[in-house]
Amino acid sequence: MFQFDRQKICLSIGALLLVLLPLLASLAGEPYLVSLFSRILIYALAAASLDLILGYGGLVSLGHAAFFGIGAYVVGILSFHDFEESALIAWPFLIPGSDSALVAWPAAIFIAALLAVFVGALSLRTSGMHFIMITLAFAQMLYFFFVALEGYGGDDGLSLFSRNTLPALDLGDDTQFYYVCLTLLFAFLYLSARLVKSPFGMVIRGCRENEKRMQSLGFPTFRYKLLCFVIAGAAAGLAGALNANQVEYVSPGLMHWTRSGIILIMVILGGSGTLYGPVLGAAAFLLLEEVLSIYTEHWMLYFGPALILVVLFARHGLYGVLVGKEKRHG
Amino acid sequence: MLLVIEQLLNGLQLGVTLFLMSAGLTLIFGIMRVINLAHGSFYMIGAYVAATVAARSGSFLLGLLVALPAAALVGMLVEIVVLRRLYKKDHVDQVLATFGLIMFFNELTRVVWGRQPLFMDVPSWLSGSVELIPGIPYPSYRIAVIGVGLLVAVFLYLMFTRTRIGMQIRAGASNRSMAGALGINIKLLYTLVFGLGTMLAGLAGVMAGPILAVEAGMGESILILTFVVIVIGGIGSVRGAFIGALLVGMIDTLGRAFLPAFFRLFLATAHADGVAASVASMSIYILMAIILVWRPKGLLPAHT
Amino acid sequence: MKKLCVLLVVCGLLVPNLALSVEPVKIGMVTTLSTKAGYLGEEVRDGFKLAIAQEQGKLGGVPVELMVEDDGRDPGKAKQIANRFMKRDDVKIMTGIIFSNVALAVVPKVVRSEVLYISPNAGPSALAGKGCNENYFNVAYQNDNLDEVVGKYVSEAGFKNVYLLAPNYPAGKDHLAGFKRYYTGKISGEVYTKLGQSDYAAEIATLRAAKPDAVFFFLPGGMGINFLKQFSQAGLSKTIPVFGPAFSFDERILGAVGAAALGVKNGSQWSHDLDNPANKQFVAAFKEAYDRTLTLYASQGYEAARLIGSALKSVGGDVDKLDQLRSAVRKADFESVRGKFSFASNQHPIQNIYIREVVEDGKGGYTNQTLKAVFTDHGNAYVDACSMK
Repeated sequence: MFQFDRQKICLSIGALLLVLLPLLASLAGEPYLVSLFSRILIYALAAASLDLILGYGGLVSLGHAAFFGIGAYVVGILSFHDFEESALIAWPFLIPGSDSALVAWPAAIFIAALLAVFVGALSLRTSGMHFIMITLAFAQMLYFFFVALEGYGGDDGLSLFSRNTLPALDLGDDTQFYYVCLTLLFAFLYLSARLVKSPFGMVIRGCRENEKRMQSLGFPTFRYKLLCFVIAGAAAGLAGALNANQVEYVSPGLMHWTRSGIILIMVILGGSGTLYGPVLGAAAFLLLEEVLSIYTEHWMLYFGPALILVVLFARHGLYGVLVGKEKRHG
Repeated sequence: MLLVIEQLLNGLQLGVTLFLMSAGLTLIFGIMRVINLAHGSFYMIGAYVAATVAARSGSFLLGLLVALPAAALVGMLVEIVVLRRLYKKDHVDQVLATFGLIMFFNELTRVVWGRQPLFMDVPSWLSGSVELIPGIPYPSYRIAVIGVGLLVAVFLYLMFTRTRIGMQIRAGASNRSMAGALGINIKLLYTLVFGLGTMLAGLAGVMAGPILAVEAGMGESILILTFVVIVIGGIGSVRGAFIGALLVGMIDTLGRAFLPAFFRLFLATAHADGVAASVASMSIYILMAIILVWRPKGLLPAHT
Repeated sequence: MKKLCVLLVVCGLLVPNLALSVEPVKIGMVTTLSTKAGYLGEEVRDGFKLAIAQEQGKLGGVPVELMVEDDGRDPGKAKQIANRFMKRDDVKIMTGIIFSNVALAVVPKVVRSEVLYISPNAGPSALAGKGCNENYFNVAYQNDNLDEVVGKYVSEAGFKNVYLLAPNYPAGKDHLAGFKRYYTGKISGEVYTKLGQSDYAAEIATLRAAKPDAVFFFLPGGMGINFLKQFSQAGLSKTIPVFGPAFSFDERILGAVGAAALGVKNGSQWSHDLDNPANKQFVAAFKEAYDRTLTLYASQGYEAARLIGSALKSVGGDVDKLDQLRSAVRKADFESVRGKFSFASNQHPIQNIYIREVVEDGKGGYTNQTLKAVFTDHGNAYVDACSMK
């Protein structure tokens, strides 16, 4: 029982700190920390979504950045057409650009989900190392597609004129934007926690342990895994949309395989299959990068071995260290 | 027509370089079941060491002779210090740890050799070109690369089929505990296989040195291609790697060479060039996706 | 707990910066120091630092504090750093960005926040034309300049059938467009290669078959090294002359290319052998300070610092007088190592642009020798598109 309590305490403290962060930052006289933590929350959302398929489904995707990137591009392209006052699609019916978050963000989620249906339907036929590589292949195809997409800046990317608009809120204000990200992250974590405990989540976890058995029990495992993959892709699309707003810039670099690798590292660093671990992983990764690069431009010389040490000695990532041996709830 | 033959040779040369990389990687994966993202780092180490020694001594061969054991030694050291501890872990842990290795080695080369790319020249006795087919002079160095790659392929084939160590490796790959029970020193065998794999990567690096820029991070651009090759060929199969490497080398080269002309048949020139370039850069990924959808375990899977 | 600890560590790191008693003018430099292209940022930074060191920690007589951070060539990270400079350190002058895509991500926001940005390298057309801003200055060049000069030179030299090569991304197309703007002959072929490509055998074979009388290429960094080596190995460098902008022919790259680059002519706004006192002094001082051959990027960093110095001097170091500071920068009242220098109405340089040839430096290495100034007082093609007059 103690283990369980420790986890609850850690989560509450973590959540409280995140909620109070803008206040703490202004007390410390470091308001810029708010935008750094917005970045952390956005990557945390992307990492948590990857954890859904990686930690619970046991599917290692090295192409998750594709969904992140496409979400960002949806926001970027809609905002581009809004600023240029041109039509995104002129025929058979007119679709104008938009800078409203209520239009752009659901669109980002939808397009990312659509992409995930396509990629998932083809990749989920494979498993293990082959799955890693085929997801990587799709992400690289998309990367090269956007690199050459001249109309939208190609490799140079697209600069947004300003952040999206929301009724009653000003996303251009860093603190308000931070709370929007935080709310969306909490909502996703809550839904995912419900999801993995539901019968659906049981089947997904069953597939990780023994897919054949789940099949012989009569579950159409392919459809279950695909749905899980699509949910993860859609959430990554939302994270991408948020990222486009935070940075006010999108580029194909968002989909490069190293970006997928970084999101993967955040998940494993924090602890895969823990849902909250990836949030911690994203925070640790981005803060370490920030701090080390202040001290030395050769920060990777220390960061690389640190990753290896985490793998060798922190069995279930930082989250495992924090909450003790109990790593997977449920 | 002559141009087609020349481009086929170019494809063969790229394929052979890819084979040197993928043979080692597929062995390591097939036998130790470990995903080694850091394989490209040994390619880079081979190129750096050879470039340094060649610059100091003026001899390409000496560079080659020092670089090969250097890549093998660093590889075995990495196996003993890090990789050995990862064999029983999840794929995800292996990905993370070897990603860490990539960062470490890239930065280390920057610290040791500085930021600027190194210079490495083609040895003078290979600097000319040969007219294999009248009218098409082909660089002798590239012919030498093709020759070395094919020799390595033959060597690996003989080693696996004719020698004791080759049989031990195959035994270790198909059933680890049984091989151990038969008195094979599995630990030592793994270290040696890893050393062999990294030495081949080092060889690929040395061969690439005079053609390419020797710079930190050069391993990653070929690493991804290498993964594509072994996945197409079937993980763990050296024969699959050979076929996959030639296929990728050919498709990539021919795509770059002939797609622009193809698209110009039905598109405006300015537009066709852009489209062709995009399709050419995506071509091998499209190839891989098609093959995996068609045969999820690759063309020649080692373990059925 | 962990989060709290990390937070404390981060806060702890920030304290030393606040503890300074005298307030020098802060200058934020976002530049690329890691990745393969790290030496570009290194050169810009060292050139900039040299100017500060020559005045013992001052620029234009005003004490300055230079803060340098590595963007890792990642626009997102660069934006993060710029944001921190503006919000935490209250920086009013920024500089340093190497790559156009990073500049496009960072600069619009920076200049809209009433911060001056002086570009020491990246000069994308988007920031020169429609996206120009009164707070944005480029002290180096508009990206197309170095291609335009080659286009003019190649036409004057009588080449009539040129083959073009660039990576398949917008900057690649921009650079080829720059060349074509002043080139009058026929184009034998126009090939776009994969970004980051390392083997060019297929392109070289196609090129040979097209039988051009010259080749113009824009392949920055390692791509250019690979292409030049392979082009020479294919035996073509003896029969087909090669041209390009200076980006593939700086002294660092020449060291890696070796003899394959010998005789190549390239366009540049600066060269170490330009004959003016400011340049001679700069080149000697740089060699003494850093003990290495310098590249055009070092001169750009140095010029950025000197330009900022001239403006600081005229406002007496009071960076809050933004309007005065801005008009002082626009005057460009400093002794440029390029000789005559002024700003066009879109705040990009009007300067001479030269053709250089790669020669042996007599010490076993290779360097550039200035042949002639092809353009005198050359501006850029985007002046009309910019709303500033």
